[in-house]
Amino acid sequence: MDNDKVIQVEGLTKMFGDFTAVDAITFDVKKGEIFGFLGANGAGKTTAMKMLIGISIPTAGTANVAGFDVFKQAEDIKKNIGYMSQKFALYDDLTVKENITFFGGIYGLSRNVIKEKSDVLITELGLQKVANQLVASLPLGWKQKLSFSVALIHDPKIVFLDEPTGGVDPITRRQFWEMIYKAANEGTTVFVTTHYMDEAEYCDRVSIMVNGKIEALDTPKKLKKQFNAATMNDVFLKLARG
Amino acid sequence: MKTILYIIQKEFKQIFRNKGMLPIIFVLPVLQLIILSNAATFEVKNIKFGYIDNDHTSTSRALVEKFNASDYFNVLTDFPSEAKASAEMLLGNVDVVLDIPQYFERDLQKEKYINLGVTINAIDGAAAGVENVYITQIVKRYNQHLKIDLLQVSDNQIQPVNIETIPLFWYNETLNYKTFMVPGILVLLVTMITLFLSGMNIVREKEIGTLEQINVTPIKKSQFIIGKLFPFWVIGMGLLTIGLLLAKIIFQVPMVGSLALLYLYTSIYILVILGIGLFISNFTDTQQQAMFIAWFFTVIFILMSGLFTPIESMPKWAQIVTEFNPVKYFVEVMRMVMLKGSGFIDILPHLLKTLLYAFVMNGLAVWRYKKTT
Repeated sequence: MDNDKVIQVEGLTKMFGDFTAVDAITFDVKKGEIFGFLGANGAGKTTAMKMLIGISIPTAGTANVAGFDVFKQAEDIKKNIGYMSQKFALYDDLTVKENITFFGGIYGLSRNVIKEKSDVLITELGLQKVANQLVASLPLGWKQKLSFSVALIHDPKIVFLDEPTGGVDPITRRQFWEMIYKAANEGTTVFVTTHYMDEAEYCDRVSIMVNGKIEALDTPKKLKKQFNAATMNDVFLKLARG
Repeated sequence: MKTILYIIQKEFKQIFRNKGMLPIIFVLPVLQLIILSNAATFEVKNIKFGYIDNDHTSTSRALVEKFNASDYFNVLTDFPSEAKASAEMLLGNVDVVLDIPQYFERDLQKEKYINLGVTINAIDGAAAGVENVYITQIVKRYNQHLKIDLLQVSDNQIQPVNIETIPLFWYNETLNYKTFMVPGILVLLVTMITLFLSGMNIVREKEIGTLEQINVTPIKKSQFIIGKLFPFWVIGMGLLTIGLLLAKIIFQVPMVGSLALLYLYTSIYILVILGIGLFISNFTDTQQQAMFIAWFFTVIFILMSGLFTPIESMPKWAQIVTEFNPVKYFVEVMRMVMLKGSGFIDILPHLLKTLLYAFVMNGLAVWRYKKTT
């Protein structure tokens, strides 16, 4: 296995009855890369991602994530990845600190490490004032940043982000991408789905899914050239319209 | 192990932070215990009693007087006709009508045998049965009284041998229905609260999306489930304690047997219920679905537990079904230990069956719970 590639996918397929949600996709992601996973609603992005994070069993194909096989070693994969779903999935009825402690505990971190991490994390996010408030009372943008930090609490090799910036304001989106860059600089591989094409420009490489298939995969620069388009938005429109 | 502690800590925080849930867990059961224990009685009192006296003699009046003297009957009126009595029963104004025939006194003295007509409103069959027994008893007593009177008249006759049964009620000598009902209702409360809470809890995490977040972590299924269910086990035991205290303080229900034995049995019993709750939550996607399924089982469990209707009088197939009803075992154990003072050996069969049930249900639930779809 190539040490440089943290995700290797070949012919990965998921079928629900007769419907093929993900149709034999093949790609790989390099260590420390920010990999943009694009596609229209219903193109199969989330389904594909769920197979990679070990909560959905593929119908066919092979996939290796962080050195482990998705069929046989799903639980080992889970130790090495972080995940942030498109739906806010921290506990609204716990405080910021309690959420961090809970997820840290579940990932098996010691009390001391959790304490240290949560102090750093809360300071970095500027949440000192609300650290002991229930998460429910926070604005969406803050919640999303907190989710991202919690997904990174156990220093995973790869972090999967499913539409992390859906519904947040441009300033928060900016800050969010700064956090993504910071994580990538520290060696974490980032696998991110998004609908915002300006965000696609920030990615090292981008794949575009249409009807369950990956129709394009390259750096944003090369993709624009390939499709003779000025922006990623135009690339996307050309592909998605067929 | 440490992971489980984190989950338990989180669950307790969430339970005690939920201001809407706390009263449901602790206040409603107390109210239910107090209300139901007083209301759920098999005694039939204040029976509306009417009669048609076609005889108008001292003998017929003496019979009516017997009913008047009873605590159970409210003697209303002398109806002028059967038609009037039927009409009143139709309206629900009268429960029982006694029809005393003409020449009642004369025939009784002459033939020493007479038929009395009794009409009972049997819309509520159980109550009608009880009323019938009461009436028969009163008439019998009146009969004896009459025999003595008649014997005085003709003392040459051979005295009839009267065989009488003298009931002795063991374990609940005064036939106090509260003594009988309180332990049973306590069982219901512990069962319902733990079943609903556990059934709903994991489904709730499915609904709000946090379960997916948990499934992406390397947590083990057993860790998650133990951590999730332990708080409800504690709540169940807490409810038992509150219930037993109330039973003692408010209802003076005796505690003949060993409290430790009762706690031992309950600790295993709650595991069964939690397993069922967990099993339900595996098959449902919303709290609403879980609620309906939990209700479905609760109703069957309660009505087939022997709490309200004796299991012995159920049809054979139903009796077999009750073998699978955990509530039945708990009701029996509760009454055996509290009222009879049964010991460990006496309840051992119940204990073993419940233990087996706990293993099967929780095994199924853990097996069915999938982190991956």
